[in-house]
Amino acid sequence: MATTACFIIVSRNDIPIYEAEVGSAAKREDAAQLHQFILHAALDIVQDLAWTTSAMYLKAVDRFNDLVVSAYVTAETHTRLMLLHDSRNDDGIKSFFQEVHELYIKTLLNPTYLPGSRITSSHFDTKVRALARKYL
Amino acid sequence: MPPVGPRSGDAIFANVERVNAELFTLTYGAIVRQLLTDLEEVEEVNKQLDQMGYNIGIRLIDEFLAKSNVSRCVDFKETAEVIAKIGFKMFLGVTASVTNWDADGTCCSIVLEDNPLVDFVELPDTCQGLYYCNILSGVVRGALEMVSMKTEITWIRDMLRGDDAFELQVKLLKQVPEEYPYKDDE
Repeated sequence: MATTACFIIVSRNDIPIYEAEVGSAAKREDAAQLHQFILHAALDIVQDLAWTTSAMYLKAVDRFNDLVVSAYVTAETHTRLMLLHDSRNDDGIKSFFQEVHELYIKTLLNPTYLPGSRITSSHFDTKVRALARKYL
Repeated sequence: MPPVGPRSGDAIFANVERVNAELFTLTYGAIVRQLLTDLEEVEEVNKQLDQMGYNIGIRLIDEFLAKSNVSRCVDFKETAEVIAKIGFKMFLGVTASVTNWDADGTCCSIVLEDNPLVDFVELPDTCQGLYYCNILSGVVRGALEMVSMKTEITWIRDMLRGDDAFELQVKLLKQVPEEYPYKDDE
């Protein structure tokens, strides 16, 4: 079954530092903008929810038609990992977030990466896409 | 009473004070990061790292000689072995191997399979010309200069550029005779 999924990482200053379309569905031309728009709209909800729980994984925070937004907020820098998806695989999404979080920490430890700047590493990109195939 | 004869790198490494590996790696990373910001040119950063290494090397050799109990090396081959087997083990905790000797024994390669300096590091496109570990070549150059060997050191392989190991080519330029800081008639 073809799935739609869009993954972004938003820095603490509300700047998107990584974006990837990781779904297997055929791309519609305006899909990317639509996905960004939905994720952007969900940021406010994430902001409110993040302080009500000590868990990093916030589960589904918002929905738009058949698309669901799941979020994961890291403790160290309040970086938000957000995933837009139409599958209902809760465990997979949780594992996906946790592993991407590890990758993100590794990126932060790289001295040539400036925290809060765009993640341009192709290594990171490949790994994220592999994780998406594995879990989503 | 200190033991007589050279001690192995492992034995010295086990006895000296050590710092946490991640702290060490990140501190070095921060230095390189700052140099990149300050100097802007990758070439300049390479030079600066080499100079910093040199300044470390000319001091480090004293500690090395004091702790390792090695005696005077008979030739450059033995020197290279001592650096790889004892020096690197003592200060970095890794063992290096020496290969690729040329015919007259003045040029060889020190190969590092493992290098604690580069944990977590991935070079972005903007710093492709950077020799991230250039400080190491400076250290070796500085240390050898203090024991009257002029050397030239170049990186042949670098894991950060996709090679399978780190390889430092050490080329002996000349043995400097020891100079006394005073004249006979003074």
